[in-house]
Amino acid sequence: MSEFLQFLFSGLTVGAVYALVALGFTIIYNASDVVNFAQGEFVMLGGMITWFSHAAGLPLPLAALVAIIATAALGVAINKLAIGPARGAPVVSLIIITIGASVFLQGAAQLVFDKQIHSFPAFSGDTPLRFGGATIQPQSLWVIGGALVVFVGLWLFFTRTLLGRAVLATSNNRLAAQLVGINTNFVMTLSFALSAGIGALAGVLATPITLTAYNVGIGFALKGFAGAMLGGMGNPKGALAGGFLIGLIEALTAGYLSSTYKEAAAFVVILLVLFFMPQGLFGRRSTERV
Amino acid sequence: MKKTLTTTVPAALIALGLASVASAEIKIGASVSATGPAAFLGDPEAKTLQMLVEELNAKGGINGEEIELVLYDDGGDANKARTFATRLIEDDEVQAIIGGTTTGTSMSILSVAEDAEIPFISLAGAIDIIQPVKPWTFKTPHTDRMACQKIFEDMQKNGFSKIGMISGTDGFGASMQAQCKDVAGEFGIEITADETYDPKDADMTAQLTKIRNTEGVQAVLNPGFGQGPSIVTRNYRQLGIELPLYQSHGVASDGFIELAGKEAAEGVRLPGTALLVAGLLADDDPQKPAVTAYKAAYEGKFKEPVGTFGGYAHDGFALLVDAVTRAGSSEPAAIRDALEATQGLAGTTGIYTMSAEDHLGLDLSAFRMLEVKDGSWSMVE
Amino acid sequence: MPKLTVKSATLLVLAVLIAVTPFFFPSGYYYRVGALIFVNGLAVTGIVILTGYAGQISLGHAGFAGIGGYACALAPEYLGLHPALAMVLGAAVSAVLAYLVGRPILRLKGYYLAVATLGFGILVSMVLNNERDLTGGPDGIAVPELGLRGVLKDWGLNLSNGQFWYFFCGIVLLLGAWIALNLYQSPTGRALRALHGSEVASGTVGIDVARVKLQAFVISAVYASVAGSLVALQNKFITPDVAGFMHSIEMVTMAVLGGAGSVLGAVFGAGILTLLPQALTVLAEYEQLVLGLVMMLVMIFLREGLLPSILRRLRGRGE
Repeated sequence: MSEFLQFLFSGLTVGAVYALVALGFTIIYNASDVVNFAQGEFVMLGGMITWFSHAAGLPLPLAALVAIIATAALGVAINKLAIGPARGAPVVSLIIITIGASVFLQGAAQLVFDKQIHSFPAFSGDTPLRFGGATIQPQSLWVIGGALVVFVGLWLFFTRTLLGRAVLATSNNRLAAQLVGINTNFVMTLSFALSAGIGALAGVLATPITLTAYNVGIGFALKGFAGAMLGGMGNPKGALAGGFLIGLIEALTAGYLSSTYKEAAAFVVILLVLFFMPQGLFGRRSTERV
Repeated sequence: MKKTLTTTVPAALIALGLASVASAEIKIGASVSATGPAAFLGDPEAKTLQMLVEELNAKGGINGEEIELVLYDDGGDANKARTFATRLIEDDEVQAIIGGTTTGTSMSILSVAEDAEIPFISLAGAIDIIQPVKPWTFKTPHTDRMACQKIFEDMQKNGFSKIGMISGTDGFGASMQAQCKDVAGEFGIEITADETYDPKDADMTAQLTKIRNTEGVQAVLNPGFGQGPSIVTRNYRQLGIELPLYQSHGVASDGFIELAGKEAAEGVRLPGTALLVAGLLADDDPQKPAVTAYKAAYEGKFKEPVGTFGGYAHDGFALLVDAVTRAGSSEPAAIRDALEATQGLAGTTGIYTMSAEDHLGLDLSAFRMLEVKDGSWSMVE
Repeated sequence: MPKLTVKSATLLVLAVLIAVTPFFFPSGYYYRVGALIFVNGLAVTGIVILTGYAGQISLGHAGFAGIGGYACALAPEYLGLHPALAMVLGAAVSAVLAYLVGRPILRLKGYYLAVATLGFGILVSMVLNNERDLTGGPDGIAVPELGLRGVLKDWGLNLSNGQFWYFFCGIVLLLGAWIALNLYQSPTGRALRALHGSEVASGTVGIDVARVKLQAFVISAVYASVAGSLVALQNKFITPDVAGFMHSIEMVTMAVLGGAGSVLGAVFGAGILTLLPQALTVLAEYEQLVLGLVMMLVMIFLREGLLPSILRRLRGRGE
């Protein structure tokens, strides 16, 4: 039992990071139908900027705030400069643009910062907490809590606020949204800022556990993308569930079957789910317009 | 915007041709993985080579001749490494090559170098690089097999016969995992738990729990490099595992202690080089001058701790400079012969003595068993 | 001047490029770069069929390149096959696998198809990385010599290693381009292009959408597989990088960057992206920065790809 509990904690810790990345994907996708492969770089930047500012003398909370704001600003810039001008391009082109942005940000990070691995202190110390014979780091609770808070926040935002519904309306039909008076440009700016900010927050929360370096982004992006697709792209519920599911599948496979093929297990599950539910677990069914 | 784009590409192509115009008497090529998954190894190697060439030229070069370094970044990709090796030899016309951060890139470079008969000093661990001996290929790092032997020797001394292993699935971890499993029997050691993790993984408690729950495990060994071993070490303490933890030479640097945290790293053992304990070396230690000079220069210039891997590049360059000096010539064949005749050259990794049968020139004594004590490396007697 | 068809014009341009550029090579290294461009061009021609003609996305085609490459390493050792036959075997395995995987996967659309193909590619690369006893693991494995160069030598045609692979890969690329261009004009090709326009519409006019998509997927897998084999045989060594995610991305980027709608555009894209890292060694630290920038700028400003945009501009000037 304590063994199972330990695997569960491991899966939840990792899954929370994936879920945070997946939630970031969701917002941009909802506003623009773009899957932003640079999402992982926001996580990297959240960690690297925090480390950099902290090392330069800022207190940790302030450093984290700087990182989140700077990354959010960068997200807005990416929208204005790269994704906005490519509106209406085919999916392949959009994938290449966002991967290009990801490569670009990596290149910039290795110049501005360095190529070493970095970390900063955990928020509530390193003394593990014990539950039923298993242990968990206090920082894991920060990440799990962060994922839940962001999820609830987004859910309320999309269902209860006018602005959130405006985002969804923009996604469904941009022109119609404009016609009913929604400032779609503002919606896009907001979505990218929010998404990049959440990515950076993931980096801030996770770095004391995962460590960070200029090239960690692509790994986060792939897992987050997989999580978001598993849950059904565009649905915060799906992103949360998908992210945690992948983390849990990995940990349980590593614990009970083979650690070598734990990632394979995650992708096999994704493939199987997509075979039977082509829209993911919580995805919307849509009909193609001709 | 469109205009600048179409003109920059041809401009860069012209630059490509121009890059090889400047000529020096001695031209050394290097292809290392300064970016990509092995960047933690390749980046300090690239920096070390650039720094040493600058230093040497400031002192007047070798036998009065300046050295030119042509350095490429292969990103850890074997196919790219082969292209750069071809470029170094056919286009830049270098007289010797240092590089090949990973085993895969080293294998690619060596096949080109052997065909072209250009001496090549590899910076990668696997034993296949120099065994069987290839006439033009040498290497500076001890093999991962030797690291396993050194660790098992220490385990044997402590009476451990059943151990658990948790290895990274990157080239470094996988190769060392295989070598350790291969030699374990010679030391009466049985590997009863054998787990792996992906280098990008964030949490290894599942694997470590499995190892902990395996009957009779007396110690744990973690072959790997990058952030993985730091996370393993933290998770190890988090789970409260009391068994001795051995790391590999892949994380032999002060950076590891910092990343894993001083508390978590306390008591970790690994086979390291003199470089990590420069301050603790006896004054008559033959490696002391090389080690202290390199450490001071590197840390002064780049403001980051030296590591074993930068040390490999240092030794590769030292071997080459020594060979060219003794050969009194920069002909590839003369350099090769002189390299093979290297006698007692003290580097940061160990003391090299090459021969026609041995293109590594190190034995187990090059490794020192180190342990983290009070947050820094100390030597184990 | 008599009017050339697109097909003969493309083949002529490629043939002339392959034959004439070596006269301007300052050193043997350029043969190596040329050979790489042709191999990449071949893989990318497959992407043209899948993405350019049929409008389907794959982020996992490097998986097929990996199968082709490792077939050349493993089949000679375990099955005693000649490396050339190993290449054929690899292509056959890739085709069968593409057929089996493609049937369920190709029902997906857009990003869902992207993640499914991505998953497939990652699974292949994981097996190559982890089955160390068989594949040599991440450190790679040796590949036997093709041996054709020796045969040519006996016939009195003495080529350097670099020259041999340059011309050999060039000829395979020409062959691949010829097949792709014929396909374009065939009924299947027309069906594919209809599909690209609108799947729903082509379904209603009686095109068997699923079958046609599957055909494109299988053919493009064979292209990737042969390209992977050529890399392995040329390097006499192979590592799992060939099946990696970044290699899949690279293939798609080459195709779309150059212009995925045409074979020549795609080969042009392969040329640009193969040359770029070589040219950027002069500013090594900025390589990733520039590469990312090029990917974004071309896709934003030259949406149909480099070659079509350049051609249109030239034509515009001529009028």
